[in-house]
Formats: sequence, structure tokens, C-alpha cells
Amino acid sequence: MPFLTIVYAVLFYAATALMVVGLASKIRQYAKTPAPLKIPTTPAPVTRSGVVMRMFRELVFFESLFRSNKWIWLFGWLFHYGMFLVLARHLRYFTDPVWTWVDLIQPFGMYAAFAMSAGLLGLWARRFFVDRVRYISSLSDHLMLALLFSIAGTGLMMDYVTHTDIVAVKEFFRGLMYFNWQPIPEDPVLLVHLGLVATLMIIFPISKLLHAPGVFFSPTRNQVDNPREKRHLSAWAAELEK
Amino acid sequence: MADFETPELKEYPVIPHIEVGTMAHSKPFVAKEQFQEPLGFPGELVDNWQQVAYDKMEELTGKYRSLAVFLDSCVKCGACTDKCHYYLGTSDPKNMPVARQDLFRKVYRRKFTFAGKYFPKLVGAVDLTEDVLNDWYSYFHQCSQCRRCSVYCPYGIDTAEISMAAREVMDSIGVGQKYCNEIIAKVYKIGNNLGLPQPALLDTLEGLEEDIEDDTGVTVRLPLDVKGADVLVVTPSADFFAEPHVDGLMGYAKVFHESGISWTLSSHASEAANFGMFIGSYENMRKVALRIREAALDLGVKRIIFGECGHAWRVAYNFLNTLAGPFDFLDPKYPVPMHIMEFTHDLIQRDALTLDKSANDDMVLTYHDSCNVARASRMGPKPGGQFILPREVIKASCNHFYDMPQDTIHDATYCCGGGGGLLTDDLMELRVKGALPRMEALKHVVENHGVTHMAAICAICKSQFAKVMPYYGFQMDSIVSVHQLVSNAIVLGNKQ
Ligand code: HEM
Ligand code: SF4
Ligand code: SF4
Repeated sequence: MPFLTIVYAVLFYAATALMVVGLASKIRQYAKTPAPLKIPTTPAPVTRSGVVMRMFRELVFFESLFRSNKWIWLFGWLFHYGMFLVLARHLRYFTDPVWTWVDLIQPFGMYAAFAMSAGLLGLWARRFFVDRVRYISSLSDHLMLALLFSIAGTGLMMDYVTHTDIVAVKEFFRGLMYFNWQPIPEDPVLLVHLGLVATLMIIFPISKLLHAPGVFFSPTRNQVDNPREKRHLSAWAAELEK
Repeated sequence: MADFETPELKEYPVIPHIEVGTMAHSKPFVAKEQFQEPLGFPGELVDNWQQVAYDKMEELTGKYRSLAVFLDSCVKCGACTDKCHYYLGTSDPKNMPVARQDLFRKVYRRKFTFAGKYFPKLVGAVDLTEDVLNDWYSYFHQCSQCRRCSVYCPYGIDTAEISMAAREVMDSIGVGQKYCNEIIAKVYKIGNNLGLPQPALLDTLEGLEEDIEDDTGVTVRLPLDVKGADVLVVTPSADFFAEPHVDGLMGYAKVFHESGISWTLSSHASEAANFGMFIGSYENMRKVALRIREAALDLGVKRIIFGECGHAWRVAYNFLNTLAGPFDFLDPKYPVPMHIMEFTHDLIQRDALTLDKSANDDMVLTYHDSCNVARASRMGPKPGGQFILPREVIKASCNHFYDMPQDTIHDATYCCGGGGGLLTDDLMELRVKGALPRMEALKHVVENHGVTHMAAICAICKSQFAKVMPYYGFQMDSIVSVHQLVSNAIVLGNKQ
């Protein structure tokens, strides 16, 4: 087995394990931590289904962000939904036969990669040119954008500049999934691309990327506005009543 | 007037460029021992304060999901950076909501996250040094917990939650704020923020009854501690004597008089405001809230109604049931608690009040949505009722009403600049500068619609505006209570 194949195989197993375990423990922490008081940002829905709608609008349209700042909204939405399509398109490396809907979105996936990159560049530009955003940016904020942009960039390079043997890539990943390792194509651009993806997976649960699970647990968005109708009491607060 | 410059009112609001450190000197007085101990806090900075603070931070992130999620989730997108009135008024970047949170977050990261422990420079993590603590004391007392930032953040991150936590951590190491803690201590001792004892209260209320009688020829009662009354009214103590608050209180009295429903104030719970919220202390907030339950039980009332007060209504509407419930001993036909606006609005809807709008013809009105009513509560059965009910009551009481620009009202409203425990003379510069966005919006309707008065339903807003409006060239009496308008317009005795 070629040395590089072993390195990448181990890297992806480790990255997957760290991401899954890290995210699971964060999600468990959020779920277990009580929200002792009703703090929805009002006007808020008065029913559970209303809250589901509110969350849906936040996730799909970035509703609050849209009210807040049209530029961040535009770049952020392009980036996230571009990335979403790109990720969906990548499912073809893991499924055999490739699911029909994954086949159908392949052509859009190409535009999505450009949309994602444009969004990232827009967001990054704000970190340099808007003094308020420059002030709040730390090195890690720049590096995060650099990482994502490099992933998108190396990906696009493989599409347009140095073609990689994608059949072999697929075999490598399916081999990982079924514990039947296959050699990885030793194409430098691919190796960089995959190395960066593994890095992203590893830092996911220890960085601000926690906003992805976090958004579902935000009490200001996910609570029902019904404090007068229904008494809300957390376990530790109930202790005080004893 | 003071040793700082009042910001200039511009034609169109502009987002200022950052000016580092312009408000670093702003600090409220620190609470002395006698105001710390009744609340269960150490009297002065404890020896191992750093460790105590870290332990408290850990405790709080385990007790409040909001804190845990908000500290992890901010992506530094910058959407909130231009949303805080204190940033807009001071240009100090640490008054941008995300930067304010970061003062707390950078310590949280250093102590409790992998990245902050091993790569502090990368993520800007630092220990809680004396300098950082100074910054905390300064800038967590430049947040009025108005929640405007939480409306605009894509994850609803509410800087108020972080400010409350930071204040609680500071209290736990002995660095409390005098204004808030002194007031809470007064509530424990006497029953209200102003320290008005029962006899003084009785005296004041009798005086008001005489005023109403002189004015209208009708005897309208303002009862205190009357057992067996239907309704317990809990109102901010400023309503008992401050202007224009007291005109609002007389308005409630007239409305009750007309409704024929018996009511009473309580000397035990003679305060609607609950400063326990400002310092983030669940225990103190609960202790203050329980006084209302005790008063309701003691007086044997059937309903509880709150007077005009913003933060108080948040605690009442959202927290009272949690803190001091269940209220199964009250009449289940009515929500607990109700807002006086809901009560009056309902009477107007049922045509049970006679209102002569022309009594307010000397005013052209606008309405200031108080931050905590707008973004942390509701009135009536439908979401957004907190915007509709007060406006309908105002419009039923006067002929001339104009709203301020859309991006400054409803849930986009700006704080008056004095909320969240900042309504103290030692923070005058902050209060004046923080009022800028509201003053700009007011100027707009003054110039375009000839507005002469602004109505509000919060004791803090009223006191704050009465004080800061003159800095911007407005009359101090151009702030009025909503029930003051009702009081002017109401025709007594008509419906009986
Ligand atoms: C539940 C799914 C997610 C939601 C609702 C969401 C939402 C958002 C929103 C509203 C923003 C702020 C606007 C912006 O800067 O784009 C943001 C920022 C960001 N998101 Fe997400 N996101 C999600 C998942 C992800 C994932 C899976 C990644 C990366 C793998 C990611 C990476 C980022 C990054 C890096 C930023 C900061 C951009 C900057 O530096 O300005 N997000 N996200
Ligand atoms: S809007 Fe929310 S996520 Fe964006 S910088 Fe502000 S607090 Fe952070
Ligand atoms: S809660 Fe209000 S005062 Fe505090 S940071 Fe947010 S906008 Fe500013």
C-alpha cells in the first residue's frame, strides 16, 4: 500500500472521528444545558409550529441577516448555499450507483463553486475594508476564510486546470467506507484539497463553525412566546423553591 | 452643561468610524459593602478573584444555555456592529455588540476552549487580568440590555445575556455597581426602589386624589393595601412622584374609576421594576418577584396588573410565572400578569370609556417603543400586540399622531439610553450619547410633522428623556406618559 494512501486513509478516519465525536459532545452539552428563563426575541411565534417556521426562515433565507445588512446577507447566502450545493454534488464520490438527485444537480454544482468563492471573497473583503469588521476580526477569522477559499480554489483547479482521476478518487473513498483500502491518486492539487478538507473537519467542533449546531439551540429564536399560559421552570430553578 | 460634547443631530443617521477608547473612562460608582451584602455578594474584591470569577463563569455556562450557545456561535460577521445606540453615539468600538461580547468571550475561550488554551493568539484569547476586568466594568455598564443586537444577529445572539452574566461574575468577586445594588437592597428593606415607606406612600396617594378632585371635581381613589380588592396594581415607584410618570398613575386611577373594578396598590410590592435582572442574578430577581406574589396572596386579589414600565414588563410578562408562580390562586379568566395597556385597551374596545381627544389638541404626538416591551414581551394575544395596543390607546386619546421612521420603531426601536441599570448620574455622558439615535428620529418627525411630544410607557425612558432631551435642544416636558394622554382625554362619570 503506498505510503500516501496510508497517511490519507488514517487522516480521514481521524478527522471523521474527531468531527463526529466533537460535534456530538457539543450538541449534547447544548441540549443538556437548561434555559431557565423565557427569552425569545419578540415578536415571537406563540406556537411550536410558528417556531419551526421562524427557524426555517432563518436557516433557508437568513431572515435576520437580511434585515440587518444586505451585503453580508448576499455574500453569506451565496457562500453557504453555494457550499451546500457543492457538498451535495460531492456525494457522487460516496454513492454507487450515484443517487438520481445527485446526478441532476451536477451541472448546478459548477456554478455553485463560483458562487461560494465569490461569497467568500466578499466576506473576506469586508474584513479588510469595513473598519468595524476589521476591528472584530482575529487571525482565526481570516484563516477560516483562507481555508474555505483554498478548498474551493483547489477544487475548481481540478475542474478547470489539472484534471484528476476522479474514478480513482471515488474508489479511494468507497474503499475507506468499506474498509477495503484503494490507492489515492498522487496528484498534488488533490492532496492539498483533501488535506484542507480534513483540517476543516478537525477544527469544526472547536471553532466558530459551531454556529451550525448553535443556531438550532439559540433560545432567542427557538422558544415559544407563551410564558403567561405555561409555566416554564428549569431543574435548577425548581431546586430554589424547595 | 457638562464636561463632554453632546453629539450633533445629523439630517440622516450615519454609522460612525471607530474611535478606539473614547468611552474607556466611563465607569459607574462601585457598590460599597453595605449594598453588596444584602444581595449575598462579597463586600470588596476577594483575594483569589480570578479563580472565583472563572468558577462563576463555568457555573453560569452550565446554567444558561443562552450563554453557552452564544459564546461558541458568533462568527464575527459584523451584522450587529452598527446596531447599538451606544456605538452610534460614542464611536467606541467596544460598544459594538460583538466587541462587547468578545470582552467576555476572550476569557471564556482562554479558560474553557481548546483553541484558546493552546492557541490563544490565534483566536484572541486572554486571561482575566486587571485590565480586562477594568474593561468589563466599564463596557458591561455601557449596555442597557435592550436586545436590539439580538434582533439583527443571524443566530439571535443577545448581548444582554452576556452583560448580565458578566455583571453577575463581577458581583460574585465583590465588584458590584452601586446604583443597581443599592436599589435592590432598598427593595428588600422597604419595598420599592426609592425607599418610600408605607406612610409616605399613603400621603402621596392622598395628595394625588386631591389633585384629581381639584382638577375634575370627581373623587377618584388611589387605594393602598386594600384587602379584597379585585386588582393588585404593581407600578414603578417613580410613578408616585416623578414627572411625567405621576400623570400616568393618575391616568390608571381614572381608568379604574371608570371601569368600576376595585383595585389597590401594595406597600409591600410598591415596585414593578426588578433590578435583579440587570445584574443577571436569578436569585435576587426571584426574591424581588416573590414580594408580588406575597402581596397578591396577602391582599386576596383576583388579578395582577402592571403599570407603565419597560424592563419591569419584561420580568413580569416573561419571568413572573417562572419566578413566583404558579398563580393558580388568581382568577384564571385573565392572563397573569396583565399590562395596564391591555386593560385600558380592552375597555376602549368595549366602548366603556369616554375619551375626548380634543383635550390633547395642544400636542402632536409620536410614540417611543420601549426596548424591553418591544423585544422582550408581548401585549394581547397576537405577536406584535406590544406595538399595536399602545398606539391604539394613544390614537383613541388624541387627534395628532405620527410615527418616527420605520427603522427606529417597533422591534427596531432604539433604547432611550438609560435602561439596564444605567439610569444614574455617574453615567451622564453615556446616557446623553446613547440617546442620539432616538433624538435623531425624533428630530425627523418634529421637522416633518410638527411633532411636539413623545409618549412612552417606561419609567426609565421617561426619566431618561426628561433629563437628556434638553441636551439636544428639546423641552424636558416634551416626554409624556401614555396614560397621561388617557388621563387628559377621559371624561369622568360618563358611563356610570
Ligand atoms: C446550519 C447550517 C448553517 C447556517 C444556518 C449558517 C449560517 C451562517 C450565517 C448566517 C453566517 C453569517 C453571515 C456570513 O458571514 O456568511 C455564517 C457565517 C459563516 N459560516 Fe455558516 N452556517 C451554517 C453552516 C456552516 C458550515 C457547515 C460552514 C463551514 C463548513 C460554515 C461556515 C461559515 C463561516 C466560515 C462563516 C463566517 C464567514 C465570515 O468570516 O464572514 N457555516 N453562517
Ligand atoms: S451579528 Fe451575531 S454572529 Fe454576527 S458578529 Fe454580531 S454577534 Fe456575532
Ligand atoms: S443589548 Fe442593546 S445596549 Fe447592549 S449591546 Fe445590544 S444593542 Fe447595545
